[in-house]
Amino acid sequence: MAARPSSWSILTDPLIRQNPVTLQILGLCSALAVTTSVATALTMSAALTAVLVLSAALISMIRNHIPGSIRLIVQIVIVASLVIVIDQILQAYLFEISQRLSVFVSLITTNCLVLGRTESFSRHNPPGRAMLDALGNGLGYSLALVVIGSIRELFGAGSWLDWQVFQTVDNGGWFTPLSLMLLAPSGFFLLGGLVWALRSVLPEQAEDPELLPPDRPEDIA
Amino acid sequence: MSDLASLFLRAAFVENMPLTFFLGLCTFIALSRKTGPALGLGVAMVAVMGVTVPLNHLIFNGLLAPGAWAWAGLSDTDLSYLRLIAFIGVIAATVQLLEMVLDRFFPAIHASFGVFLPLLTVQCAILAGSLFMVERSYTLAQSAVFGLGAGFGFAVAVVMLAAIRARLSYADLPRGLNGLGITFFLAGLMSLGFSAFAQMVAS
Repeated sequence: MAARPSSWSILTDPLIRQNPVTLQILGLCSALAVTTSVATALTMSAALTAVLVLSAALISMIRNHIPGSIRLIVQIVIVASLVIVIDQILQAYLFEISQRLSVFVSLITTNCLVLGRTESFSRHNPPGRAMLDALGNGLGYSLALVVIGSIRELFGAGSWLDWQVFQTVDNGGWFTPLSLMLLAPSGFFLLGGLVWALRSVLPEQAEDPELLPPDRPEDIA
Repeated sequence: MSDLASLFLRAAFVENMPLTFFLGLCTFIALSRKTGPALGLGVAMVAVMGVTVPLNHLIFNGLLAPGAWAWAGLSDTDLSYLRLIAFIGVIAATVQLLEMVLDRFFPAIHASFGVFLPLLTVQCAILAGSLFMVERSYTLAQSAVFGLGAGFGFAVAVVMLAAIRARLSYADLPRGLNGLGITFFLAGLMSLGFSAFAQMVAS
């Protein structure tokens, strides 16, 4: 809290160095569930970034008027109202994609990323900085989603954003789609690999081993 | 009766919340460092989901569903877009109640939860349980069984993951994989295992 970081670093830090998905462990649920194709990943990212920025602005504006004991409820109600608006907009204009996202748009309400940022940043900062921080985190989240979505769509269906990159066997091409890529486990593997790759490039992100071998057995219980 | 039993198995294993729908991953990953807190989280999930899903079913069908106000002459009122706020309110109240009960009667368990119990309010899996209940139009009995089953499945998965992670202290991992990275790989492997359950329950 001592040195106030510059606006530029508030915006760019969450992109890679403080990425919400790979480092802060926030917003994982939707990050994995909607990444079977790039289109859904992009829609989800846009919806989440919009909710994040708007809720950061609102909460930061009234931050001096929220009593501490009920702040969680206030924040959740604000976020839930915004999510309802976004959900209705998606159903009105992008019905097909909103069907594919199913309950995950509603689940932005409980996305830890939104509450995590409002709770730890917007509550203590003026609206401008809070919105920058929210935008940065939203973009970092989008980056992780699009990377995973691209890999899964490319190898799972041979296409990218519905544009056929590899001609699949069914259409007379050579590429046999890896259907595992569209199933749940591959999401975990890809995200694990992404975390591993990032931490090899940026070693300061690596964690120490969680548990040491048991000199003290109570550590494991 | 067998319907309900197979719904329970389905909710617990075939449609396991964290491993096949990626729901509730934040707490799934964050609280699986040790088996003790993981077990506590699992029990809390069973309790909260077993209560909130049927309660939300009553509220949704009594107040919010299209035509719910027909008895008052408002037959074309459709309040279902309010369900998100209603569900969150019920969940927040239930979690608060659970916290007060635990604090009063089981202070040791309450202490081991630390800050994580209030965070159950924003647990995706709990809210998703209620949303799935609406989407699939379960009856009251079905939604109670579904809530219990989904909570039980979460508990099993999180305790297993914590047990495996505890054994990792003997493994010599590459530095970048420690913590988060290896946990995702473990969850992926467990998810592969759980996908085998899909054949167990007749669809």
